[in-house]
Amino acid sequence: MLVSLNWLKQYVDIDDISPEDLAEKITKSGIEVEGIETLGDELKNIVVGYVKSCEQHPNADKLNVCQVDVGDEELQIICGAPNVQAGQKVAVAKPGARLPGGMKIKKTKLRGEVSNGMICSQQELGTDPKFVQKEFEDGIFVFPEDAEVGADAVELLNLDDTILEFELTPNRSDCLSMNGVGYEVAAVLDRTLLLPNIEVDTTTQKASDHIQVKVEEPELNPYYGAFVIQNVKVGPSPLWMRNRLIAAGIRPINNVVDITNYVLLEYGQPLHAFDYDRFGSKEVVIRAAREGEKIKTLDDEERTLKSEHLVITNGEKPVAIAGVMGGADSEVHEGTTNILLEAAFFNPLAVRTASKHHGIRSEASIRYEKGVDPNRVKEAGQRACQLLQQHAGGEVLSGEVEFNDLDVSEPVIDFDTDQINQKLGTSIATDEMATIFERLQFEYQQDGEHFTVYAPTRRGDITIVEDIVEEVARIYGYDYLPYTLPEGASTAGGLTVQQQLKRKIHQYLQGAGLNEAMTYSLTSEKGAGMFVDPVLKERNPQPVKLAMPMSEAHSHLRLTLLPEMIASVKYNIARRQQDIALYELGSVYISEEKQITKQPEEKRRLAAAISGTWVSHQWQKDVKTVDFFVLKGIVEGLLSMLRLHNVSFEAATMEELHPGRTAVIKVNGDHVGFIGQVHPFVQTEWDLNDTYVFELDLDYLLEHADLEESYEPIPRYPSVTQDLAFVVDESTKAKHMMDVITEAGSPFLKDIQVFDIYQGEHMEEGKKSIAYTLRFQDPEATLKDEQIEKVREQIVQAMEEKFNAELRG
Amino acid sequence: MKERLVELKEEALNKVAEAEDAKQLQEVRVAYLGKKGPITEVLRGMGKLSKEERPVIGQLANEVRETIAGEIETKQQQLEKVALEKQLKEEALDVTLPGRPNPTGGPHLLTKLIEDIEDLFIGMGFEVAEGPEVEQDYYNFEALNLPKGHPARDMQDSFYITEELLMRTHTSPVQARTMEKHEGKGPVKIICPGKVYRRDTDDATHSHQFTQIEGLYVDENVRMSDLKGVLNAFAKQMFGQSREIRLRPSFFPFTEPSVEMDISCKMCHGDGCSVCKGTGWIEILGAGMVHPNVLRMAGFDPEKYSGFAFGMGPERIAMLKYGIDDIRHFYTNDVRFLKQFHHA
Repeated sequence: MLVSLNWLKQYVDIDDISPEDLAEKITKSGIEVEGIETLGDELKNIVVGYVKSCEQHPNADKLNVCQVDVGDEELQIICGAPNVQAGQKVAVAKPGARLPGGMKIKKTKLRGEVSNGMICSQQELGTDPKFVQKEFEDGIFVFPEDAEVGADAVELLNLDDTILEFELTPNRSDCLSMNGVGYEVAAVLDRTLLLPNIEVDTTTQKASDHIQVKVEEPELNPYYGAFVIQNVKVGPSPLWMRNRLIAAGIRPINNVVDITNYVLLEYGQPLHAFDYDRFGSKEVVIRAAREGEKIKTLDDEERTLKSEHLVITNGEKPVAIAGVMGGADSEVHEGTTNILLEAAFFNPLAVRTASKHHGIRSEASIRYEKGVDPNRVKEAGQRACQLLQQHAGGEVLSGEVEFNDLDVSEPVIDFDTDQINQKLGTSIATDEMATIFERLQFEYQQDGEHFTVYAPTRRGDITIVEDIVEEVARIYGYDYLPYTLPEGASTAGGLTVQQQLKRKIHQYLQGAGLNEAMTYSLTSEKGAGMFVDPVLKERNPQPVKLAMPMSEAHSHLRLTLLPEMIASVKYNIARRQQDIALYELGSVYISEEKQITKQPEEKRRLAAAISGTWVSHQWQKDVKTVDFFVLKGIVEGLLSMLRLHNVSFEAATMEELHPGRTAVIKVNGDHVGFIGQVHPFVQTEWDLNDTYVFELDLDYLLEHADLEESYEPIPRYPSVTQDLAFVVDESTKAKHMMDVITEAGSPFLKDIQVFDIYQGEHMEEGKKSIAYTLRFQDPEATLKDEQIEKVREQIVQAMEEKFNAELRG
Repeated sequence: MKERLVELKEEALNKVAEAEDAKQLQEVRVAYLGKKGPITEVLRGMGKLSKEERPVIGQLANEVRETIAGEIETKQQQLEKVALEKQLKEEALDVTLPGRPNPTGGPHLLTKLIEDIEDLFIGMGFEVAEGPEVEQDYYNFEALNLPKGHPARDMQDSFYITEELLMRTHTSPVQARTMEKHEGKGPVKIICPGKVYRRDTDDATHSHQFTQIEGLYVDENVRMSDLKGVLNAFAKQMFGQSREIRLRPSFFPFTEPSVEMDISCKMCHGDGCSVCKGTGWIEILGAGMVHPNVLRMAGFDPEKYSGFAFGMGPERIAMLKYGIDDIRHFYTNDVRFLKQFHHA
């Protein structure tokens, strides 16, 4: 809402307050003033001039030489505007004048003729072109005949105004009207409010002889008032009215339309003026539209209606979409003489539905959607009649014709002073509270400390005692609210075990060298089908699609974290950042329904992606590029940190991963995720370098992590290490061998490490050598050589039996 | 004989002094103290001496031996020291060469901020509550006093999946769900962080996905001044003891009264600058007293219980705190961005 201070001044005395101070006061008490615009700050020396003569320039076809009386002198001014004529009153920027943007007017010569100033268009004076009346769009502005020659044009055009831009929250639609703004400012400043009086002289003719009203949907249209005004002369509206419309951001059209718009701004009540003679009947029928019915609206668009749209009809066909926009056929035009004026109350939801459907957000629909004051619908109509009489020469017929089923009762709110103070933590005295209601102009009864407030219907947001609490607080001032702390029993607070564990996992992964990433939960349709965990894939999950996505890139809910993480890797590579180590903890959304009816299952997962150099210490020739085992080491470390034992990595295949470098990860036989290199095809498609990824079931990890701390005594007896190398078939898996060794080495074998793998020269084709360091220990005594020798033999024997392994000499 | 011994001593000591390395010193040792050396020879000739002379010469011979041996030992240590010094000198490193880097990672700035905020409120007795990101219309809107068709639903254009399911537009549904679980019994003190979604086109200041962190405190006799006190304590711990707060009336359907909280601008201390757009204040969060309808729908008796709620956007806080100019940085995961906040 744009609020003209020149207009507001007529309602509340604000002369002694700067616009900045006023804005600050209004903001602090509830309505944010987003902007302050002082219009003609730099304008000066611009006056009303009378064009005495206007002759064509001797040396230029498109220029005119004008003799202009500016009151104290007569100036010759060259003017190129097509609409300049002798007899006009115009805005003259005299030599020495300043125009917006700092332009200065000087005496000059144009094609040999002296020009002592400039005749201005509204645009040249700083008015936004979209608010300039049609007839002045391509030329100079022309004042009404009664403008005084020599008078200050800046003042006459309201260019000395300051506009406050109110950012209204949805509850404060009362301030979508100047009356409402008046109430608010008067309350904030604690000053008197003066609103215009309404007096209408009516003729002896009765409106009801000319029109009837029939409402078929009283729920959606509880009030419809029809006024008839005859013998209207359509023309320009008074300059002050046009100025105010422009200040509020509405373009002046003609007096009839301007008056309805002006009352809309004054009262927040939308009105509509039909051309009575083109209305097509003597009966207004308000009904639900018929499915597929058509109407051509004021903007010359043909619109197809639906049955949930409410329409105004002439009994036969729609003439307006209720509360949204009028029809073109019954529009007021230059030749209109008789007016049918509508002042109605339409159901907010009905207007909202139609306005949304047709994509029309009009000044009217905005106000209807938020709800208008039921007590002022008729009054607004009367106000328009008064203005039509004053400024369009109209004769108002007596008695409006109405359908009235409107509830205009005020909410009654009962409370004690204490109750308000208890909710606020204040100790505001009863008298002071009463003063606040006076300032707000809320009617109330007071009985000691008990109040009964009758919330005015103009403030539709006030219905319960909490609303009163807010009114009291904001007028009293939040700055004066004390700082206290809750007095209830204290609680321990804290994180759950899983929340703590999650933080530990973050710390571990960061310590392991990964950067936490945050990616989008919404991915593309393609992304939603990629990197799906094999176990999840068996469930045949259906990627969940948004009804109305903003882009194809973010149209589906992710089933895994990896597609968007890979997108982040790609993003970095494209910016020449090759060394990437990312992880993310996030949710995926799993539904097996083809047509989703219930919330998808949200599973928390943990993913990582690494690419490029892992460690780079070049001058010591220590450069490590990421590989499968770098990432596997991180997974192993994580599982070990969570004390999840019995972990296995089993070779597997997944469409998006390298067929020879992929494993599923199991804990105690439970599938918990997968690890692998991104398939070279996928890497090429996404412009990636070698990238390794894993994704784990975070829910599983959090649920199964073993948090019991325990202590094992530090052995007092020394351990003994031995190296053993075996030659086996190249397909023999290291893990299987280690399992066999571990079993055979029991109970003294405490640790086993692979220290070498060899294949090639001096090795039989299809064979490999794998070497282990074994550490033996007896916690109770020093191991004897014979004991170690015996275990060693057991191991060699077991390896021979299981893998046909040969001990290497 | 006596003279011969003194002579030998002088001679040997001179050779010891002249020896330049361990090898030469060893030669001296062998030459003078060896079994075939001159001192041994002298001792062998002692048989010819008188009874009286024998011990005197014997003693002298031992003294000479010990002196020479002592000198050799000293000299040897000296030589070793020199050799070690030489070796250490050769082993000297250019200590200014770079060390071997360890891979280092770090938290996402938003996670860090959220954890910091969680910890502040945990210190005030709050628990952390979480909830689903795909929500029912009921919890996202209706239970929060936003019935279907409510004009305030325009404030947050939503990603609907079906008519009844949508990506949650705020973390407030967690409040409704948590209160429901409490079955009408307070206190409820929770802080709810999480991802939320709005139908926005991504640009420097808009993101279709962002994070929120909200708090809820429901108990008997909770007052608006308690909200002010708690927010003040939070703001001072989070942003610095010198920061002031102010509350401005605002509107949220789920609170009444509703306020926005500003903190005094760090840059200008309230005088007005470009960071605070000349107002001296920076908007940080929205808050209010829980609307009685919200309490009622979640099974709490608004006659008995009252409460406050507040919510803020970690992205906005991070952008203000670090002067980050583009909200998309939080989600594109440029490693140059991520690595800047390892120590945040």
